[in-house]
Amino acid sequence: MRTILSIAAAGIAASPLTYAAGIEVSVEIPRLNVAEYHRPYLAMWIEHPDQSFAANLAVWYDQQTSKSEKGTTWLKDLRQWWRKSGRDLTLPIDGISGATRPPGVHSIAFQGAKSPFAKLEPGPYQLVVEASREVGGREIVRIPFQWPATAAHPVKVKGERELGTVQLSVRP
Amino acid sequence: MTLANVRIGAVLFVLTTLPSTLLAHRQWLLPSSTVLSNAGAWVTVDAAVSNELFYFDHVPLRLSNLKITGPDGGEAKPENAATGKYRSTFDVQLSIPGTYRIATVSNMVMARWKENGEEKNWRGPAAEFTGKAPAGASELAISTMNSRVETFVTVGKPSNRACEPTGKGLELVPVTHPNDLIAGKAATFQFLLDGKPAAGLEVTLIPGGIRYRDQLHEIRAQTGSDGRFTTTFKEPGMYWLNAATAPARPAGPGAAPVGPSGPPRMPVGDRSSYTATLEVLPE
Repeated sequence: MRTILSIAAAGIAASPLTYAAGIEVSVEIPRLNVAEYHRPYLAMWIEHPDQSFAANLAVWYDQQTSKSEKGTTWLKDLRQWWRKSGRDLTLPIDGISGATRPPGVHSIAFQGAKSPFAKLEPGPYQLVVEASREVGGREIVRIPFQWPATAAHPVKVKGERELGTVQLSVRP
Repeated sequence: MTLANVRIGAVLFVLTTLPSTLLAHRQWLLPSSTVLSNAGAWVTVDAAVSNELFYFDHVPLRLSNLKITGPDGGEAKPENAATGKYRSTFDVQLSIPGTYRIATVSNMVMARWKENGEEKNWRGPAAEFTGKAPAGASELAISTMNSRVETFVTVGKPSNRACEPTGKGLELVPVTHPNDLIAGKAATFQFLLDGKPAAGLEVTLIPGGIRYRDQLHEIRAQTGSDGRFTTTFKEPGMYWLNAATAPARPAGPGAAPVGPSGPPRMPVGDRSSYTATLEVLPE
């Protein structure tokens, strides 16, 4: 696993970090022993505590178009993300859209003024990660956090089927 | 004749006079998907009249009155339409983003009158009734039956233009959009009858999959004075929504359901029924 856990160990005071602070999200896509495996579609976004939408972080999907089908056909299977944001968007979006990823741990850093976090009003939020796999299942993991972030992070939540460990951490 | 006999007679008359699809069994249009991501995507729709939901086990729903309204209010054409022994089927290409309303609407007329002392009756599409009863007909009694069977599918963001009421018969007006239904969340709809709120209307919702359970698990609701009702779908799945007005019995000649001699008369009045297939998605 990544070395993000060093924050707490570094003894940073539990006061809010500045907006310049970076956020890192790591998502583990589990290796599954199934007859037919396709990489999951995955969306990552920020919600308010009432689960209303706040900002997109990433959406990983098949961006290719075959003769018979577009990869965007299955975006609707990221049901919550589709309902809350996806259906309002025209994809691809720079900095949000990406290709599907193989099993393993994938980290994305969000830093600087262009980061979706930088635009958040101070307050409580949730990080949401939704994964949906063709001929497989769907799973959602939520991690509550306070913005601006405090050094109390990283926070880990472990998925049960379609997601492994999801971790939210602050990078000063 | 006793009242009971009158009732049985009336029912028999109705059963033998109306097309069976108008009264018996359950009519439905079942789309292959209701929520889609890509403009240009296709849906296949099955259309049947059945006992079990949603299995085609009785007769096909005829497609002669099919009308598909697109997000821009324009009409979309069904492709590959076919009617088999148990179901009809057709494809619809959803060329532009938004909500499509896929509906079959029928307007039937049932009329009886006396012509030179002889009892006559006629039934058929309302559009063909003109001129069927002669000017000199006496005791003319006309009943109409309006029936709408529909479903909704959406590409991208749900839109409302295709759902705008036509002002004829019973219609469902989305308060909660019909392609935005989520298990465990309350949904509100409004019923209109001829464009005005249909108050006190009994509404039934039955989840599909009846074949594999012993109880219907139907949801019953009644519209308020504003024609609205609110319900919460406990489970995701396809639901069959149905409501019908009670037959009106206006006073006056021809309104009496029975004659002193001869066959009993059917109740005279206008009826309207509404059926929709709604998909409720998991949270």
